[in-house]
Amino acid sequence: MELNQYLDMFIEESKEHLQACSDNLLELEKNPEDLGIVNEIFRSAHTLKGMSATMGYEDLADLTHKMENVLDAIRNHKISVNAEVLDIVFESVDHLEEMIMDIADGGDGKRDVKATVAKLKAIELGQPILAQSTVQAIEETVATVVETTFDVPQLQFDDYEKTVLQQSSEQDFNAFEITVVLREDCLLKAARVFMVFDILEKNGDVIKSVPSADQLEEENFDQQFQIAFITKDSMNEIQKKIMKVSEVEHVSVLPLSYEQFTTSTVEETHIETTVNDTFEPVTTPVAVNENHQINDTKQKSNSTSKSHTSSSKTIRVSIERLDILMNLFEELVIDRGRLQSISTEVNHSELNETVERMSRTMGDLQNIVLTMRMVPVDTVFNRFPKMVRSLSRDLNKKINLEIIGAETELDRTVIDEIGDPLVHLIRNSIDHGIESPEERIANGKPEEGTVLLRAFHSGNYVFIEIEDDGAGINKEKVLRKAISKGIVTKESALTLTDKQITELILASGFSTAEVISDISGRGVGLDVVKTTIESLGGSISIESTEGAGSIFSIQLPLTLSIISVMLVEIETETYAIPLSSIIETAIIKKSDILNAHNQKVIDFRGKVVPLIYLDDVFDVPRKQQLDDEYQSVVIVRKGEKLAGLIVDSFIGQQEIVLKSLGNYLSNIFAISGATILGNGKVALIVDCNALMK
Amino acid sequence: MTSVVDQAFIKVIVFQLASKEYAIPVSNVQGIEKIMHITRVPKAERYVKGVINLRGVVTPIIDLRERFGLPSTEYIDSTRIIIVTLDDMEVGFVVDSANDVMDIPVGAIENQPNVAGSIEVDFISGVAKMENRLLILLQLEKVLNPDN
Repeated sequence: MELNQYLDMFIEESKEHLQACSDNLLELEKNPEDLGIVNEIFRSAHTLKGMSATMGYEDLADLTHKMENVLDAIRNHKISVNAEVLDIVFESVDHLEEMIMDIADGGDGKRDVKATVAKLKAIELGQPILAQSTVQAIEETVATVVETTFDVPQLQFDDYEKTVLQQSSEQDFNAFEITVVLREDCLLKAARVFMVFDILEKNGDVIKSVPSADQLEEENFDQQFQIAFITKDSMNEIQKKIMKVSEVEHVSVLPLSYEQFTTSTVEETHIETTVNDTFEPVTTPVAVNENHQINDTKQKSNSTSKSHTSSSKTIRVSIERLDILMNLFEELVIDRGRLQSISTEVNHSELNETVERMSRTMGDLQNIVLTMRMVPVDTVFNRFPKMVRSLSRDLNKKINLEIIGAETELDRTVIDEIGDPLVHLIRNSIDHGIESPEERIANGKPEEGTVLLRAFHSGNYVFIEIEDDGAGINKEKVLRKAISKGIVTKESALTLTDKQITELILASGFSTAEVISDISGRGVGLDVVKTTIESLGGSISIESTEGAGSIFSIQLPLTLSIISVMLVEIETETYAIPLSSIIETAIIKKSDILNAHNQKVIDFRGKVVPLIYLDDVFDVPRKQQLDDEYQSVVIVRKGEKLAGLIVDSFIGQQEIVLKSLGNYLSNIFAISGATILGNGKVALIVDCNALMK
Repeated sequence: MTSVVDQAFIKVIVFQLASKEYAIPVSNVQGIEKIMHITRVPKAERYVKGVINLRGVVTPIIDLRERFGLPSTEYIDSTRIIIVTLDDMEVGFVVDSANDVMDIPVGAIENQPNVAGSIEVDFISGVAKMENRLLILLQLEKVLNPDN
């Protein structure tokens, strides 16, 4: 199929729209009154429907359509937002996600969603409202059945159209708003539209149509369109005439109220919400008794919807291209270095000026190129609130998910990999960590458990922590289980530290839950998490206090990422020390260096800090022994430990791109990687953690 | 058909090292570079001269003279770096000079003869006699894997 080339784009965009749906649904749950949010969701769903129909994924389009109907009913006040309705909409979104995943995996996106469709239908037909007063409910049900299929926002007119309408009504013409709904299986929509217009124009004048005539011709509409029409005929006649056109499902003709085209633009928001009760519409009664409330909420939503700014415009670029761009840019940096040295040699003022300007521009360019590959972890985190919500409902637990540091940036390649391990860990925390509400109250904890998801940069790594205030890990139970499963022997178990025992749960074939639930799997999960993270060059550790909760901490490398470093010089060699490890730099007097147990130390702000001579560590060849009275020290930190690195001189701070030394040189002591400097030379990055063993 | 097989060639890059000629299959060669700034990597093997910036890729450099235990010389204008790939490794070999591409008939390759007094004998996969030249074919796996 020709559509293949669009498939990737389709999948990406669908994911985005679904994400927007979920986010907004969660938001809606908090503010059920805010119809602006419903509109956002509706828009996402609508786009998704259009896209999937174009791509030929019927099931996907169909389910989205059903969901859209419900949303439409919500925003038209046919049904109110409650937990039940939201659950089902969430369920649909889940199904849609599954379908998209299936398509992404090369499937056809088909899925049995009858149950959900039935539920959606039920909501759409207003059945949940039956719980309220019966009379009203029946009335409303009728209204909903008919209305949901063709209800659309009322027409709005510009000044010119208003004048025309006004004049025609003065000349005893009738003004109508006609809504024509075509049958879903209508093949020649444009032709039917033409026939409708043909009939109308024989009997009067079409003032306006929504969508516009052009769009109608191009079939840029769903099943329905609206027309403002002036005629001397009666409503019934018009309706009958249009119904004669085949493949027309439904026609409703409403009189255009006088105010609708006389009031000035300032009050337009009012017009929009004014439900006309002077004329009796031909088709169905509108629930008039709710008018007042509708007006209120609509106005409220109008004011809030303005605060929803439209998302920024983006285009998609493959990572491969970004890699190429990055490498090309680095080439350019090298050439810039050469140009700079040439221009200082030649000393031509115009050349100097040009090179300088180019350098500045390239500095800006560099920033952009470097940050382009970085993605905030939010792209992974944003799916968790919904997951936690549904999990806590399934497990009857009360859970509050807090996310900190969602803006922390990670390289895209790492981002793509960490999603699944994180899902596993969060599920684990909720399933095994957080206790049931009763248990929590009995233990004197707040009823609601908290899961904290925290991301932050530190050193050459990004840390992601999942902290819960649940039961913690029962070490005796873990140990007993580990021995019975043969993961450790009884003898070696005695020598294990608490931390080592806790981390046994990451061993393969382990499950401490008394009852195996389908949430956190059958204990195959955590060791998979461990392997995935280790394959990314990261590590995972667990800290747990029984009764108070656990922290799962993931450390991920910033592969191909930008870090700030301090460049230092030792003889002629340049080294980069990650800024995140540095506490401060200092110049010390040689006489201030003390000896303690064969280790040179200094007294740094009341603390004894050992000194590490980088030229010794790195065997830097010296032409002659340096004999300065003063020495430059970089004070670095690893956890609580401090150390002073002695260097020849400081060059300055710089943002650099982290590069690996390649597979051939995989294990070089105290070097965590390399970077390419502005002059095109390679500088090595010092691994402070390894220096402070 | 049989004649075609007999006539099979291997395309190789020929380089010089201490007045001997060596060959590496073209398929393993990414390019030949002039000598450039090499950043020393501390605590690496003695023959690893350091790393270079090869168009944005940090590439380790091995001095083949030192790798083979030959006396090292100063790098001069004709000194070249041959960028070699093997599996997922990419390294550069420092050689005295490199300026020839040749087709060696498969038939002309002899399995490692007893080259008396050759220190680099461990790294050789074979030799090829071409008219009056003797090309030593390198076994890259051995060159790249550290000594045990």
